[in-house]
Amino acid sequence: MTTTNSVLKPRRSPVLTAVMALYLVYTLLPLAWLLISATKTQQDLLSTSGLAPGGTFALFDNIGQTFTHDDGIFLRWLGNTLLYVVLGAGGATVLATAAGYGLAKYRFRGRRAVFAVLLGAIAIPGTALAVPTFLMFSNLGLTNTPWAIIIPSLVSPFGLYLVWTYATEAVPDELLEAARIDGAGEVRIFLTVTLRLLLPGVVTVALFAVVSTWNNYFLPLIMLSEPDWYPLTVGLNQWSAQASGVGAQPIYHLVVTGSLITIVPLVIAFLLLQRFWQSGLTAGSVKQ
Amino acid sequence: MSPTRRRRQVALVLATALATALSACSTGGGGTAPAGGATGTQDAVDAALKTGGEITYWSWTPSAKAQVEAFQQEYPNVKVNYVNAGTGNDHYTKLQNAIKAGSGAPDVAQIEYQALPQFALTGSLVDLGQYGFQAFEDDYTPSTWNSVKVGGGLYGLPQDSGPMALFYNKQLFDQHGITVPKTWAEYVAAAEKLHAADPTKYITSDTGDAGFATSMMWQAGAKPFTTDGKNVKVDLQDDGVKKWTSTWNQLVEKKLVSSIPGWSDAWYKALGDGTIATLVTGAWMPGVLESSVKDGAGKWAVAPMPTYDGATPITAENGGGGQSVLKQSANPALAAAFVRWLNNGNGVKPFLESGGFPATKADLASPAFKDKASEYFGGQQINQVLTAAAGQVVPGWSYLPYQLYANSIFGDTVGKAYAGGTALDPALADWQKALVDYGNQQGFTVTTG
Repeated sequence: MTTTNSVLKPRRSPVLTAVMALYLVYTLLPLAWLLISATKTQQDLLSTSGLAPGGTFALFDNIGQTFTHDDGIFLRWLGNTLLYVVLGAGGATVLATAAGYGLAKYRFRGRRAVFAVLLGAIAIPGTALAVPTFLMFSNLGLTNTPWAIIIPSLVSPFGLYLVWTYATEAVPDELLEAARIDGAGEVRIFLTVTLRLLLPGVVTVALFAVVSTWNNYFLPLIMLSEPDWYPLTVGLNQWSAQASGVGAQPIYHLVVTGSLITIVPLVIAFLLLQRFWQSGLTAGSVKQ
Repeated sequence: MSPTRRRRQVALVLATALATALSACSTGGGGTAPAGGATGTQDAVDAALKTGGEITYWSWTPSAKAQVEAFQQEYPNVKVNYVNAGTGNDHYTKLQNAIKAGSGAPDVAQIEYQALPQFALTGSLVDLGQYGFQAFEDDYTPSTWNSVKVGGGLYGLPQDSGPMALFYNKQLFDQHGITVPKTWAEYVAAAEKLHAADPTKYITSDTGDAGFATSMMWQAGAKPFTTDGKNVKVDLQDDGVKKWTSTWNQLVEKKLVSSIPGWSDAWYKALGDGTIATLVTGAWMPGVLESSVKDGAGKWAVAPMPTYDGATPITAENGGGGQSVLKQSANPALAAAFVRWLNNGNGVKPFLESGGFPATKADLASPAFKDKASEYFGGQQINQVLTAAAGQVVPGWSYLPYQLYANSIFGDTVGKAYAGGTALDPALADWQKALVDYGNQQGFTVTTG
């Protein structure tokens, strides 16, 4: 018999392939809907079937309108989201990396306590903390400012946990010892040796933080009242809510096009960083 | 996001917001239930307008921007910062949060009639009686004036109104030989006839909209919510409510109403292609149809709201609201001046131009408004029907001091009956129970019928 199953040539399962294909369709269908809908005028959007093209191809017109509607507020929201992502997710990644490494590689009193707090923090959903955070920030006079979004975004318990675990596995103690013997300071070790080893983990954490900050909805919803500081998520919701009640002004075509524009940067980030991301996810799965 | 999920989230936010507002009130943080009935003159307002200054205005009305620009042109020494903080519940959540936080609220805010008692009774609004605004009573329709008065105080000036009427797809009615229903019994018969003739068509859509349900109770003569500030009575079993449910149950149980959620893209589509044949709603609806249901042009017509006896024309209000001055305002006299200009001065014109339906008697009676033939409605002088409705609203209605929360949980309780096609009465009893429990938790003393 020549059919042997090896690691390089795994056995194919038709059932599994079918399930995966089904899942792929399930995942791609909403995307296809979004893509097709973004090419329609509001008129077509309301009169044609979701996955069929409309009478006129209005994608570029829609994009133009999205960026110019209401004095170009969409561009401002895009800028805000970028600001929150760069400072919030960027800061969260730096803090999680430094702290995760420190917790993994240094022995000090209270490490266990930190670990317990960390697990607790992962277990509490951010949404549940939104209202207390709001009241705290309003006492500090920080509501309705970008800080109200950036500061809470800096904390990423899950990212910290991930780096901690990853650093334990990926940074050999022997290497640190060697660097110390060679006379390198702790900061230099971290910047030149550790960071390189941690890169896949850091990218994974960054990606997590970027996605959660980019999609952050509830916190900005209650923190901000000035549309000039809205991120895309809250802004798009405002456009969408405009379709109901007295004086309703539906702009569904712009909501749809705006949503498409909103997910494009995330899709690009995933495509570019996915190899890091994959190796980061499997960290610690194999004992070396 | 699905409407149900959105509603749940909104309910959570509103519940938290109101809870904090009321607890602030009960711990003696200064916000006690207002006594109301302050009197004064407009001198302070006129003086503030002369001095000038800066105020902030929150609103999502389509005319707000144009109004602010016109006001600043007329009064260059006043700067108005216009903010659209969100539509409906998003706006109220932010307003409530800012009130709770003690800072960050605007000087002037748009507040709908259904939400006004909540903000007035927690002491968040300025009683405009102190600026002599009680004198404007005769300028407004009785139902809208009644809506801005809470416990004897005057907590805003009405901007728009929504006396209800029957909007129907005339083309579809003619096609199936259906006559315009004058009574609710005829309306149910029309629903049956239409759906039997074409199973894809429905008389209307209703998945459980609290605003619509309460307006229908209002028309039926129900008084389910009464309050004197601290004591609240919730009675969703009174004769008026039963009068409405005995009609509406038939539509729900026989599945004669479409389950397309209101204000969704599918709903707009259904209004254009005839899937939804009628809307029983406020007089502000024509503006929405004209701008957003282009496919319906020439098809729709307006008739008086059906009644129970088919004799006396009676209707109710649906939607609409006014502008109020917040207690947090550092310059309440100037804020009041802006409110006066908006709803009792030159601000009414831009409002009318944006397609709004006014609350001011003079504008409702002006021939230019009343006799205008609407091209969208096939040349019908729709405002004759709608302005007549403004004078036929059943008096004496009031909303709960936590109506926003109440409406947000309507779907969780009564919505189930709509979805399952069962009688609404037991579901309304569930809603009542939830409202009693919530009210008591919030520090009100809630009794039932």
